[in-house]
Amino acid sequence: MAKKQLVQIKVNGRNREAMVEPRLLLVHFIRGIPGLTGTHVGCDTTHCGACTVLLDGKTVKSCTMFAVQADGCELLTVEGLMQNGKLHPLQEGFKEEHGLQCGFCTPGMLISSYALLSKNENPSEEEIRWGISGNLCRCTGYQNIVKAVQYAAGKMEQGGKDDLPNIA
Amino acid sequence: MICRTSPEVGGMGHSIKRKEDLRFIQGKGNYVDDVNLPDMVYGHMVRSPYAHARLKGINTENAKQLPGVLTVITGEDLAKANLAWMPTLFFDKQMVLATGKVLFQSQEVAFVVAEDPYIAADAAELVEVDYEELPVLVDPHKALDPDAPILRDDREDKSNHIFHWEVGDRAATDKVFEDAEVKAKVHAVFQRCHPAPLETCGCVADHNAATGRLTIYLTSQAPHAHRTLFAIVGGIPENNIRVISPDIGGGFGNKVPIYPGYVCAVVASLTLGRPVKWIETRSENLQSTGFARDYHMTAELAATQDGKIQAMRVKTLADHGAFNAAAQPTKFPAGLFSICTGAYDYPTAFCEVDGVYTNKAPGGIAYRCSFRVTEAAYLIERAVDVLAQELKTDPVELRRKNFISPEKFPYKSPLGWSYDSGDYDAAMKVALDTIGYDALRKEQQEKRAKGELMGIGISSFVEVVGAGPAHTFDIAGIKMFDSCEIRIHPTGKAMCRMGTKSQGQGHETTYAQIVAQELGIPAADVTVEEGDTDTAPYGLGTYASRSTPVSGAATAMAARKIRDKAKKIAAHLLECSEEDLDWEPGKFFVKGAPSKAKTIQDIAFAAYTNMPEGMEAGLEAVDYYDPPNLTFPFGTYICVVDIDKGTGEVKVRRFVAVDDCGNIINPMIVEGQIHGGLTEGLAIAFMQQIGYDENGNVQGGTFMDYLLPTAVETPHWETGKTCTPSPHHPFGAKGVGESPNVGSPAAFVNAVVDALSHLGVKHIDMPIAPWKVWNILKEKGAVN
Amino acid sequence: MIPPAFEYLRPQTIPEAIAFLQQYGDEAKILSGGQSLIPMMKFRLARPGYLIDINRIPGLSYIKEEDGYLKIGGLTREADLENSSLIHSKYPIILDTARVIADPQVRNMATLAGNLAHGDPANDHPATMLALGARVVAVGPQGERVLPIESFFVTLFTTELQHDEIVSEIRIPVPPPGSGGAYLKLERKVGDFATAGVAAQVIVGSGGICQQVGIGLTNVGATPIKARKAEESLCGKKLDETTIAQAAQLAADEAEPSSDLRGPAEYKRGLVKELTLRALARAYERAGK
Repeated sequence: MAKKQLVQIKVNGRNREAMVEPRLLLVHFIRGIPGLTGTHVGCDTTHCGACTVLLDGKTVKSCTMFAVQADGCELLTVEGLMQNGKLHPLQEGFKEEHGLQCGFCTPGMLISSYALLSKNENPSEEEIRWGISGNLCRCTGYQNIVKAVQYAAGKMEQGGKDDLPNIA
Repeated sequence: MICRTSPEVGGMGHSIKRKEDLRFIQGKGNYVDDVNLPDMVYGHMVRSPYAHARLKGINTENAKQLPGVLTVITGEDLAKANLAWMPTLFFDKQMVLATGKVLFQSQEVAFVVAEDPYIAADAAELVEVDYEELPVLVDPHKALDPDAPILRDDREDKSNHIFHWEVGDRAATDKVFEDAEVKAKVHAVFQRCHPAPLETCGCVADHNAATGRLTIYLTSQAPHAHRTLFAIVGGIPENNIRVISPDIGGGFGNKVPIYPGYVCAVVASLTLGRPVKWIETRSENLQSTGFARDYHMTAELAATQDGKIQAMRVKTLADHGAFNAAAQPTKFPAGLFSICTGAYDYPTAFCEVDGVYTNKAPGGIAYRCSFRVTEAAYLIERAVDVLAQELKTDPVELRRKNFISPEKFPYKSPLGWSYDSGDYDAAMKVALDTIGYDALRKEQQEKRAKGELMGIGISSFVEVVGAGPAHTFDIAGIKMFDSCEIRIHPTGKAMCRMGTKSQGQGHETTYAQIVAQELGIPAADVTVEEGDTDTAPYGLGTYASRSTPVSGAATAMAARKIRDKAKKIAAHLLECSEEDLDWEPGKFFVKGAPSKAKTIQDIAFAAYTNMPEGMEAGLEAVDYYDPPNLTFPFGTYICVVDIDKGTGEVKVRRFVAVDDCGNIINPMIVEGQIHGGLTEGLAIAFMQQIGYDENGNVQGGTFMDYLLPTAVETPHWETGKTCTPSPHHPFGAKGVGESPNVGSPAAFVNAVVDALSHLGVKHIDMPIAPWKVWNILKEKGAVN
Repeated sequence: MIPPAFEYLRPQTIPEAIAFLQQYGDEAKILSGGQSLIPMMKFRLARPGYLIDINRIPGLSYIKEEDGYLKIGGLTREADLENSSLIHSKYPIILDTARVIADPQVRNMATLAGNLAHGDPANDHPATMLALGARVVAVGPQGERVLPIESFFVTLFTTELQHDEIVSEIRIPVPPPGSGGAYLKLERKVGDFATAGVAAQVIVGSGGICQQVGIGLTNVGATPIKARKAEESLCGKKLDETTIAQAAQLAADEAEPSSDLRGPAEYKRGLVKELTLRALARAYERAGK
C-alpha cells in the first residue's frame, strides 16, 4: 500500500479532509468520506456519467480522477444543489417534467445540466442533447430530461428578472 | 367508464407528479451500494478468462496472506456445504463457484472478502487458478453436431440439447403451406442483448449471529420469491430471512434471477458474522448476468394471392448459454413466444423451439419483455413485411386486411391465447394520420428517382402481459398472483404495501392513484411501500409488465374490500341502511340527499373510535389477486429513416408510437415509459449485441462496445394513443412498460429494409450498424 | 473497478517533473488529463508505480498566436479549445476535432498534448495535427526538442517522445489567407472512438489552385496516417469533383484498417474515401470564406 496523503476538498461548501491512498478514486472519496451517496458509479469505462460532479466549476467524471488530484479544490455534488431549503430550478424541472424514472443517472444529469445552464442560459434542444451527451440514461429516452432543462432555463430567466430592481 | 376524480384527489387519469422524485433529485435515493452497515466487509469475484476449461487447481494462499483479507471462498469450499450449485429458475442448475470446469468467460471461480474493496480487488489478482483449455462451443447451430463438445457433463443426458417445445397443429399447418398461393419466409436472428440497467446488481448480506436473522439488501425485482429461494436452497428458515430491495436503479429483467455473487455474500456473512457487500462492476454485469433473446428464428407465412394470411410456421433455435437460467413461467420453456401469430386473423399455425447449451453466459431473461414476446412480435412483424414484398402490396394495406376485427374479441389465437380486447385498425389509423403516411410514400418515390434512400417501417404489435392466471402460470412453483395490503389510519391517511417492486416505474405514485380512485383518499395521503419482505404481503415481483395488471388489480380489490366495510360504518354513522347509500370517490351519501354524507376520512376515524356494535376495529384489507386472463396491449408504430449512402448511417427522422394499454392510471408516467422503451428498442435495432468470438471471448462486455445511446443519437419521439380497456381487469388497464421495447425493433428494421427494398433486400439482422447497410449497398451496386 | 496502488508525485515545475521521470524510469507515468490512463489503470492494464501529476504546473495552459504559429500549451484542455474564440474564428478544423472527442466531462480534463502523446491511432487530434503540419515541443533533461508531427507517431502507443520528456506545447503554422480545413469522424455514438476519421487542410490560391494540402486519417492503421499520395495528387491542381475524388481514392488506398466491431476493413476503407471526399469539400468551402 502506498503512503497515505492528506486530502482537503471543499464539498458543497464544507471542508472535508482525510488521509487517503493516492489511488482512491474521487467518487469513492465523495461517497465514503462525507458519505454523500448521491454521486453514483454506473460503469468502469468513463461512459455513463452517473459520477459527474462539478470540480472548480467544471464537470468531471469523478470515477476517472483520483481524490488527491482534487486536493484544495471545490466540489459541487447533487446534494449541494438545494439552497436555503429550496430546490434548484433544475431539480424542480426534473420533477415537473418527469425527467427521471429510476433516479440512478439523475444526480449526474443534474450536475451536467447545471454546468450547461451556467454557460448557456437558453440552450436549444440540440445544445441540451449535446450538453448531456456524457450522461447515459436507461429509462427516460432523454426527451423529458430535455424538457426539464428547458423548464429550468425558463424558470431561471424568470428568476433573474424578478431580481432586477424595479425602475418603473 | 372510469369516474374522474378531482386533481386534488388525483385518481386515475391524472398526470400527477411522482412522489418518489423528491428524494432522487436531492441525491437521497437509497440504492444497494448506498447501504453501509457497521463492520461491513467487501466481496470481490474472481472470474474465468476462458470460455471452456478444466479447473486443475486454485491456490488462494497468496491472496489470503494479503493484510486485510478475511477469506477466499472457492467452489470446493461451497461443495462441502452442498452449495457449489444452485437451481436456476428453469429446471436447471448453475454453478455458484466453479468446480471441475468453467463453462463461460467471466464465470465465477472464487470469492475474496476483505476489509476494504481496494484490498479485495488486490487480493483477487493474487488468486492463482490453473486452467486447461477445452474446445469451445460458440455457434448454437453446431451445438447438436456429433463432434460438438458436450458442455454439461454434470447432466445425465449427454447432449447439448436442453428442450424441444412445440405448439399448434403441425400437420394442418404443413397442409396449408403445401396448397398456398403465396409463401413468405424470413430467417431472423434476435441477437443476444443485455438489459444493462444503469445500476448494476449487488447486495449486502448481513447475518446477525445474535438473533439468527439474515437480512439481505438486494437489487431484486422479486424480493419475496428470492426470500423463498434462499430459504429452500440455503436451508435457512424463511422466517429468519428478510430481503430488502432498496431503491433500484433500473431492472428491465436483469434483476430477476439470483446470481452467484449474492449466494457468496450470504455464505461469507454466515461464515464471518459480518455484513458483506458485493457490488458488480459494469463489465461483470454485462459479461455474466442474465442476457436476453439469442433466438435464431425462421418464420413462414402462407397467404392467398389477394393477401389473406392463412397460416404461420415458426422454427427457432434458442441459445441459452452454459446453464438454462431463463426466468419464465415453468410451463413455458420458450416463454410466451407463441404470441407470434400477432395481430392477424388466421386459423392455423405451428411453432417449435429447441434450446441448446453453448459456452456463453447463462440466462434467457425477459428483458423489458413478457417472456419472449419481444422476439415473437419482431418475428411476425418482419414476416408480414416480407409477405408484403412477395405480394408487391403496401405493408399497411396487408396489415389492415388481416387484422383481427374488433367484434371478434375475445379472440382465440391459433396457438391458444385468448386475446382480451383490441381494435388494431384504430391504432393504425391514428398512426397513419399522425405521420402522414401517403405523403411519405410519395416523397419516397421522388427520392428514389433521385437515388436517395428513405424508408418507412410499420409495426402493429400485440403484447401478452400480466402473468398470470394461477392455473397456468408459476415461477419455480409459486403461482403468479400478486398482492396489495392497504391500511387506513384513523386520520384518513393510508399505507399501501405491495408484492411488487418498482425499479423506476413510479409505483409509489401510480398505486397511490389507484387507492385515490377507489377510495377518494387523495393520492398525496397514500404512502406506498415495497420491497421489504418483513412488511409487504407476498408477491412475485415486477417484470413482464405485470405490476398494473396484477398488483394494480389487487390494489383495486383491496380498496373495494375496504369500501365494503366503510359502507357499513357509514350506514351506522348516518343511521340508515347500506342500501340507502350511494358512493362517489371520497364519500358515502344518502340517496337523494347528497348533503347527508360521510367522507372516507370520517369513516376511517369511526373505524377506530365509533364502529358499529360487533364490528372489528380498523380499516384495512389485503388482496391476493389471481388474474382471470392475461392482458393484451397493442399499438402501431411507424418509423421514417433516411440513409446516408456514403457511410451507411441510418438516421431516424420520425417515429410515431400509438399505444393502446387500456385505461391509464397516469398519462405522464405512461408516456415516460414509452419514451424509455423506444430508446431501448432503438439501441437493440442499431447498436447492441453481446457477441462472442470463436474462442468464446465476450465482445461487448463493457460500455465501450455495448453501446447505450446518448441523448444525441436518440430521436424526438412522438406518441399517441387509443383506449380499449381490458374487459377482465378491475379498472380496465393492461400494462405498458414493455410495449415500446416489444413493438419498436420491427418498426426500425422494417424502415431500413423498406428503404432498400427496391434493391431486392428483404431482411437485415440487428443490430443494423452502418457497415451492414454499406455492405449491402456495395453488393447491390448502389454505391461505388 | 479499482486501480492498483501507486505513489503520487505532484511537481510544481517542468524540471521537477523531468527529474521525477529520470528518478523512477519506466515505473513512472505522467498524469495529465488522465482520461485514457485512469481507465486503463482501473482495468489494471496499466500499473505505473509512480504517477507524476503535472496538472498543477503553472503556465502550461494557453492558446495564442505568436511568431507565425498557433501555440497550444501542454495542459490546454479540449474544452478550452472548444471555448476559444481564436479557435472558433480561425481554426474550425481544430474545433471540429475537439468537439467530437469523448464527451463534455472528459473534454474538461483531457488535453490535446495527451491526445497526441498517448500514441493511440484511434485518437482524433493526430489526424488533424498531421493535416495542419504541427510540431510537438518536448522538454527533457537536455532541454527542448521540436518534433515534426509527420514522424512523431512510431507504432501503436509509441511516439518519438523519450521516456523523460514532457510535451510542453503544440505549434501549428498560422494558416495564410485562402486556407480552410475540416475534420470528419464517423462514430457509433457520442463517446466512441472513430470508426474512421479524416482531417483535411487546404491552402487555395488564385483560380482555385491547391497550393498546399494536408490529409490525416484516424483509426485506420497502427498509427495515425498521413495520406501523402492523396496530398500530392492535389498539389498544384484545381480542387474540383474529379481531383477530390481521385485524392479520396488514394487516401482510401493508403489506409491500413483492420476488421473489428466497428466494421470490416473494406468498409473502413470505403469510409475513408467518403470522409476524405467530404472533408476536402468542406475544407475547400471554408477556404473560400
